[in-house]
Amino acid sequence: MVQLAAITGIGQTQYKGRRNDVSIAGLVNEAAVRALEDAGLGWDAIDAVIIGKAPDMFEGVIMPEVYLTDALGGNGKPVLRVHTAGSVGGSTALVAATHVQSGSFRRVLTVTFEKQSESNAMWALSNPQPFSPHLNAGAGGYFAPIIREYIRRSGAPLDTGIKVAVKDRIHGSKNPLAHMQKPDITEQEVAESMMLWDPIRLLEACPSSDGACAMVISDETLAKDSAKPPVWIRGGAMRSEPTMYAGREEVSPRAGRECAKAVYDQAGIRDPRKDLDCAEVYVPFSWYEPMWLENLGFAEADKGWELTLSGATALHEGGDIPWNCSGGVLSSNPIGASGMIRFAESALQVRGDAANQVDGARTALGHAYGGGAQFFSMWIVSADKD
Amino acid sequence: MQDIAIVSYSQSDCVRDAGAQNEVELIMPVLNAALSAVGFNDAQDVDFTCSGSCDYQQGASFAFVMGVDALGAVPPINESHVEMDAAWALYEAVLKLRMGQAESALLYGFGKSSPGELPTVMSQQLDPFYLAPLWVDTISLAALQARACLDSGVLTEADMADVVSRSRANARANNPHAQLAGDVSVETLLSEPEYLAPLRRHDCCPISDGAAAMVIMTVEKARNMGLPYALLRGIDHRMETHNLGARDLTRSVSTEQAAAAADVASGPVDVAELYAPFSHQEIILQKALGLGSETAVNPSGGVLAGNLMMASGLSRIGEVASRIIAGEASRGVAHATSGPCLQHNLVAVLEAA
Repeated sequence: MVQLAAITGIGQTQYKGRRNDVSIAGLVNEAAVRALEDAGLGWDAIDAVIIGKAPDMFEGVIMPEVYLTDALGGNGKPVLRVHTAGSVGGSTALVAATHVQSGSFRRVLTVTFEKQSESNAMWALSNPQPFSPHLNAGAGGYFAPIIREYIRRSGAPLDTGIKVAVKDRIHGSKNPLAHMQKPDITEQEVAESMMLWDPIRLLEACPSSDGACAMVISDETLAKDSAKPPVWIRGGAMRSEPTMYAGREEVSPRAGRECAKAVYDQAGIRDPRKDLDCAEVYVPFSWYEPMWLENLGFAEADKGWELTLSGATALHEGGDIPWNCSGGVLSSNPIGASGMIRFAESALQVRGDAANQVDGARTALGHAYGGGAQFFSMWIVSADKD
Repeated sequence: MQDIAIVSYSQSDCVRDAGAQNEVELIMPVLNAALSAVGFNDAQDVDFTCSGSCDYQQGASFAFVMGVDALGAVPPINESHVEMDAAWALYEAVLKLRMGQAESALLYGFGKSSPGELPTVMSQQLDPFYLAPLWVDTISLAALQARACLDSGVLTEADMADVVSRSRANARANNPHAQLAGDVSVETLLSEPEYLAPLRRHDCCPISDGAAAMVIMTVEKARNMGLPYALLRGIDHRMETHNLGARDLTRSVSTEQAAAAADVASGPVDVAELYAPFSHQEIILQKALGLGSETAVNPSGGVLAGNLMMASGLSRIGEVASRIIAGEASRGVAHATSGPCLQHNLVAVLEAA
């Protein structure tokens, strides 16, 4: 029996290229303390700690929960470490929620982080593997051919990605925690930025950030007495498929479509564009907005770019379904935390506390993906319990 | 808490070097064995799949991604991964079953430790500012702990040798997958030279390649399928401080806490499988769990007979489950550990149906 659970505390660090002012422990502690302060609680109120981050090689610390427990009040408590590639921030939130939804715990703290300035994350993603051909391409090199196939298939105008890059940076400029602050960004500036992996230009790619995100998740009884309005978890789902197999649909992966269907079914979402007020979706390269609009059912196949170009996803253009009002992954990307930031920002929206708030938002989607667009995690949160 | 049924378990041989076998090739045989034992074909037949592994063994990011290739994950599956021993993958799956979002789950852990120097690699698990730069390896830290135990009088070198002697004999008698097995007396062991004093080589677990897999389900589903099973009655895990100087290394407080939460003391314990990579740790753990002479400890030989890093914890639970299903025991305790000197410990209580 799924027990009701709610987000009752949210804390984020400043996202920056280098947080030289804090250690890794200091970084996660900053987010955790802010989440506890937001919840009006102390460390003693927490029954378990669930940590997530992307590959340990990004910081060079193996299974860092062992080292970080002292900074996260984990001693004497269960401490779990989740790792599901780029989707890990979302998966960690869902695993944390499971602790409460299973009736096993009353209130847990979940924290995700990446301190990418400790290494070169792009190359830590693509070091040679035994028995496998060496890709040597980084994430952008992996996804660029898939984006080119999307453009070929959909006939999307070539400036679609540029539009997303500008939109998410304008969104991000209204979020003081965002890493990239470019309030005056123009389409021309994006178009003239260096081509990294055709068709992905520098300003169409996510930055590499340091940062951490934390949430407190409580059971129904504790949530009723929480300091801030509780944000109810109405659905949560994860799906995985292999990186490669014959006939795999890579532009709109089946795992993403089925994950969306599962989470929509749980939350009673029939038409995501109408039934949701906003969404925080993992878009690390600009073109993934139109691609995910289709994968997640906000637009028909090959029509996602029309939604993007119409301004429907831009809050400052009065769009009806704003995506990534926080600035998204294109504005801040501490990889292991990026998924949880999506989940946390969706919760802030329905609580009415987002820096770039959608008026009257009640229900929102948080989304994350990882690996070769093969691992997906999503949740639907709402101000309404049912 | 809702009881969970452990219905099948499979473990590979513990080998020092699996050679050219990659991770998928290590995983596939144990997955197939665990699944086919209950009439399943692949991960499509369970509601949830979760694994445990560590990138640093393979020396590359995303070791678990390749593992997905072993699952038959087309169409897509409900799947998760912990960068921990697979005993914690089991823990995540137990929560999923209790939540009611799954009725069955497949768990697996794998590790190919042979390509690197595992004790040195694992030194990078330590505090990156104060400890990791010293490259203190896992054996050296365990030696410090053993010294603390000897100095405080909680155990003797003969006690440690006795643990090893029993492990080798049990492995010879009961464990076809063991890497180290045989009959060796305490006197012979004590005549061996010290390696990292006070540890002798045989006080340390071997380094092994291999994998383990398990299938669990709700008791109702196991009954409906007519499967024999062991009941998972309690499972809990606790963390301690990373600051070794702030811990009493002669005790395992987190094991005591997990044992209390899992209700170890509520009945007699016929069998216990403890994840003790060093001989003295078996004695520390026995005390923390309150086990006496009525309990057969590590009848498989434990990890001193073969240590499938990232799967050994799941193996301990599987070993106890197998003995209960075979009718050799009616109540047992399994333990998993992580971190230097038993920093993080998981305790499971299993009973006959």
